[in-house]
Amino acid sequence: MKSSYREALRAGIRDAMLRDERVFLMGEDVGAYGGSFAVSLGLLEEFGPERIRDTPLSESGFVGAGIGAALGGMRPIVEIMTVNFSLLALDQIVNNAASLLHMSGGQFNVPVVIRMTTGAGRQLGAQHSHSLEGWYAHIPGLRILAPATLADARGMLWTALEDPDPVLIFEHGSLYNVTGELDDDAGPVDIDTAAVRRPGNDVSLITYGGTLPTVLDAAGQLANEGIDAEVLDLRTLRPLDDAAILTSARRTHRAVVVDEGWRSGSISAEISARITEQAFYDLDAPVGRVCSAEVPIPYSKQLELAALPSVERILAAAREAVGARG
Amino acid sequence: MTGSADVPGSHLDPAHGRHLLLQMLRVRRLEEKCVELYSAAKIRGFLHVYIGEEAVAAGVLESLAPEDAVVATYREHGHALLRGVPAGAILAEMYGFVEGCCIGRGGSMHLFDAATRFFGGNAIVAGGLPLAVGLALADKMAGRSRVTVCFFGEGAVAEGEFHESLNLAALWQLPVLFCCENNLYAMGTALGRSESQTDIALKAAAYEIAAWAVDGMDVLAVEETARRAVDAVRSGGGPHFLELRTYRFRAHSMFDPERYRDKAEVARWLERDPIVLLRAAMEAAGQLSAQDWEQLEADADAEVAAAVEFAEAGSPEPLEDLTRFVYSERGASPETGAGGGE
Repeated sequence: MKSSYREALRAGIRDAMLRDERVFLMGEDVGAYGGSFAVSLGLLEEFGPERIRDTPLSESGFVGAGIGAALGGMRPIVEIMTVNFSLLALDQIVNNAASLLHMSGGQFNVPVVIRMTTGAGRQLGAQHSHSLEGWYAHIPGLRILAPATLADARGMLWTALEDPDPVLIFEHGSLYNVTGELDDDAGPVDIDTAAVRRPGNDVSLITYGGTLPTVLDAAGQLANEGIDAEVLDLRTLRPLDDAAILTSARRTHRAVVVDEGWRSGSISAEISARITEQAFYDLDAPVGRVCSAEVPIPYSKQLELAALPSVERILAAAREAVGARG
Repeated sequence: MTGSADVPGSHLDPAHGRHLLLQMLRVRRLEEKCVELYSAAKIRGFLHVYIGEEAVAAGVLESLAPEDAVVATYREHGHALLRGVPAGAILAEMYGFVEGCCIGRGGSMHLFDAATRFFGGNAIVAGGLPLAVGLALADKMAGRSRVTVCFFGEGAVAEGEFHESLNLAALWQLPVLFCCENNLYAMGTALGRSESQTDIALKAAAYEIAAWAVDGMDVLAVEETARRAVDAVRSGGGPHFLELRTYRFRAHSMFDPERYRDKAEVARWLERDPIVLLRAAMEAAGQLSAQDWEQLEADADAEVAAAVEFAEAGSPEPLEDLTRFVYSERGASPETGAGGGE
């Protein structure tokens, strides 16, 4: 069946609403407007305003309410318009959702799912374009997902709702209009493992989310040059699938991490460190990284593109890693 | 105090009056013991005691049912105790022992108890209000006639989460009772130095929430108002708001030199000690004998002594458990948010 990423997300929400009456969707403009990115279009008509619940512009209030509703036995899906807006709810996400189970000595788990848009590439400037999922991956108590494919957009949500603990799902804005084939019987998928999207032998390109299509594109071009790149889609940023990362790096002996987040203090730094700590003697080249330039994302098209990981920069990093074969 | 008919306590059932006195005394004695144990380095971290404000928790919690929920602040030992968390489990928590109500993971500022639906113990000012809204939302969506009571100080009124939460609760007509414990100081910042409008009940009214200001040193007034408010909330009347005007007799925490208020002010408020007031009223009305009072004190003291004994006998959590309770253990109550089920 033909589907867009957006439609796959919507099918996942609809499926969850039908499976479990405790599930409801809450956020800014999810109802009457149809979702700021049209993900929830039509769901208000199907499920009504109690379960497709429009909220005021009160990120901390409604994220906290989602956490409270989860404590009260519901299974809320809270939508935040963009990751930048989620900063207004950081208190609730970090001080409550991530901490309550621990502070309460295991008494109060928080089965809430929080979805938000992330990433750049749409000329939306510095307050709508950042990639802060790596920040969130710093926080013990959270599970961080980054669906990059239609199957994951469709299938991660239900598994996340079944998780007893808080799960944050980051949807890259550039993916919503991606279309492709989705199996008719597509359903829940695991949220524990990374996935090899393109097997290869010469270098491991490790990425997630919105940069996966860019990396696959680069891998195709590398093949024309005789470089057989493996593409690993992390899928889950916390907990990281160390086994998959290390297996790939040990096999190809070279790794390049591609991450739209900034380089300093980032998830790419974490991945690089883990490879170096655990697979150093298997490496034939230093771990490479392709990240965003360390600037707030600019508006103008040429500057925005220059700030982001590009096919060209990925090619250069992969060639350098392979060239280091000696 | 005179013996006239409008004296608080004169309409009171003597047994109930003694019960309220005991509730306040239990908190007072526990808190006094906490201060002592802090000085003895048995309790560490930050410690905030509730001495002077006992009438608020005692009056409000009296009107709740077991299935209701309570969200409180970092000055919550009294709320936890009066909600039904055993004193020993509270003290053991402050000792950092596994016998504590949070097995020592929370400490003084983070008391939680699923059995009594006590949802903290929130040390971020105003951070508990959105949680209370969500708990009430869950009850409303599930068609349960439960009430969520949310305590916070007047300092929380300056936080955005206060305003977001009141708006959401009113907009969705949720069963929450907001209880603002106005003790006049956010740490050392006087209300008049932090709020352009110091009439807090007015702020709630601006959100179309029924709000009353109550003398928070008069446990009978607190109880009566809270009971009316809880009944209204439970019967579908939407959120209600109480501003409970009270005073903290002790320092903000154990590290507070109290430079921001003068001793004369504290002395004036000490004359309105809620325990002294009710005791005097009941004595004047012939409802409390010297023997009754001695018995109440003995009961409160005995409970605290037993709690200390329990905490002293506690044990530290083994180091190999350090990383437990960051994520749920598989197979452990995956079906509901703990405490959320029917």
